[in-house]
Amino acid sequence: MTKEVLRVEHLNKFYGDWQALHDISFTLHQGEVLTLLGPSGSGKSTLIRCLNGLEDFKSGAIYFKGQKVETNSKNWQELRQKIGMVFQSYDLFPNFTVLENILLAPVKVQKRPEEEVKTEALRLLKRVGLEKYVNSYPRELSGGQKQRIAIVRALAMHPEIMLFDEVTASLDPEMVRGVLQIVTDLSQVDHMTMIIVTHEMNFARQIADQVLFLENGKILENTPGEEFFKHPKTNRARGFLTSMDF
Amino acid sequence: MAHSAINVFFAGNNFSRILQGLWTSVWIAGASLIIGLILGTLLGILRTLPNKIIRFILRLYLEFFRIVPTIVLLFLFYYILPRTFHINWPASWMAVLAFSLWVAAEFGDIVRGALESVPLVQKESGLALGLSRVQLLRYVLLPQAVQLELPATINLATRVIKTTSLLMMISIMDVVAIGQQIIEANNQKYPTAVFWIYGLIFFLYFIIDYPLSKWSKQLAAKQNR
Repeated sequence: MTKEVLRVEHLNKFYGDWQALHDISFTLHQGEVLTLLGPSGSGKSTLIRCLNGLEDFKSGAIYFKGQKVETNSKNWQELRQKIGMVFQSYDLFPNFTVLENILLAPVKVQKRPEEEVKTEALRLLKRVGLEKYVNSYPRELSGGQKQRIAIVRALAMHPEIMLFDEVTASLDPEMVRGVLQIVTDLSQVDHMTMIIVTHEMNFARQIADQVLFLENGKILENTPGEEFFKHPKTNRARGFLTSMDF
Repeated sequence: MAHSAINVFFAGNNFSRILQGLWTSVWIAGASLIIGLILGTLLGILRTLPNKIIRFILRLYLEFFRIVPTIVLLFLFYYILPRTFHINWPASWMAVLAFSLWVAAEFGDIVRGALESVPLVQKESGLALGLSRVQLLRYVLLPQAVQLELPATINLATRVIKTTSLLMMISIMDVVAIGQQIIEANNQKYPTAVFWIYGLIFFLYFIIDYPLSKWSKQLAAKQNR
């Protein structure tokens, strides 16, 4: 049995009176890929954002490597160095070059030597095929390129989990594959532990070890990946898979 | 006799006195801008904090300086403050103080607006990388805010420079005050001097302010693209 990295217990989240997440519980082990599926507005993004403190929650608990997470901002700041996140919109800092974007957090937050991080950044950029853009500014890059660099920027922090929040949702169709390939490689080559919110069903099927199917902030299914796509248990999930034309 | 009236510039040390007056105006505007921009940056940052009391107080401060006419501010600082608080500073320092607080109020509002218009995802991706609040401000939010606030800041600078023409009201020998002295002294000899002197003052203000306002327009056009 592999080591447990993340465990969520009975998490409830409210926006005012409206309950966005109902009693969410799940466990994620090292090297596993968890995908969050479900219709728009089902709470997938809210859930993934709760996992690195970008959203607070009312009750329940998150355990990181067996330790209960204290939900104060100081503690989240520490933890976020181990939990990488990539967003839907291309979120590189426009005032920095590609290299500066990647160096910023490892050098300023983790206080690692700049030369060491630079070598690693160049290696990672090479891996995603963008080493020649090392000194470019984000505005000179396409959406797909920016998204690949956002992934590199998160990886340079040596995270123990990566969170991907619909990272291909606003990309041109031809850019999508390149980005998904990088995510797939991260799982297969690096055995990175990941949580992925996506609407790319083929990708989800190929990569997911575990699927959480959400609707209206509730987990309707928590199934091993292959099982969910072959034999969805609930009618709602069946309907969802059909509607995704899959 | 227009040709002879232009001689008023060169009579005695008139021309160098006008330049001296201009220098007074420029250094007061410059010092006020430097102090005001530093103070305003701090106020702008404070106004983005969630603390309601701080925000309310700073809002009051801004509205006070926005609503009260600058001339009233100058009188307040020159006549009333020294008497009530026994501060005996030279008039030009009091002017710098009044102008700095005014610039800080207005610039604070510009900074707040700019910080708030940096996209939320920039802030979130900074936080997600583990940056602290201070690092987020320093490396992500402020540099992007500077871009956004530049046109409005230059605009504010031109207004400050123009407003220095009120300094004569608190007996500072700025360029306008010296101009008037020269006009009055030469009224007999050069009756049309008023036209030349004010013409020169207009020209001097113009060559300082016009490039600034042109620059700010260019920057604004660039941002709207």
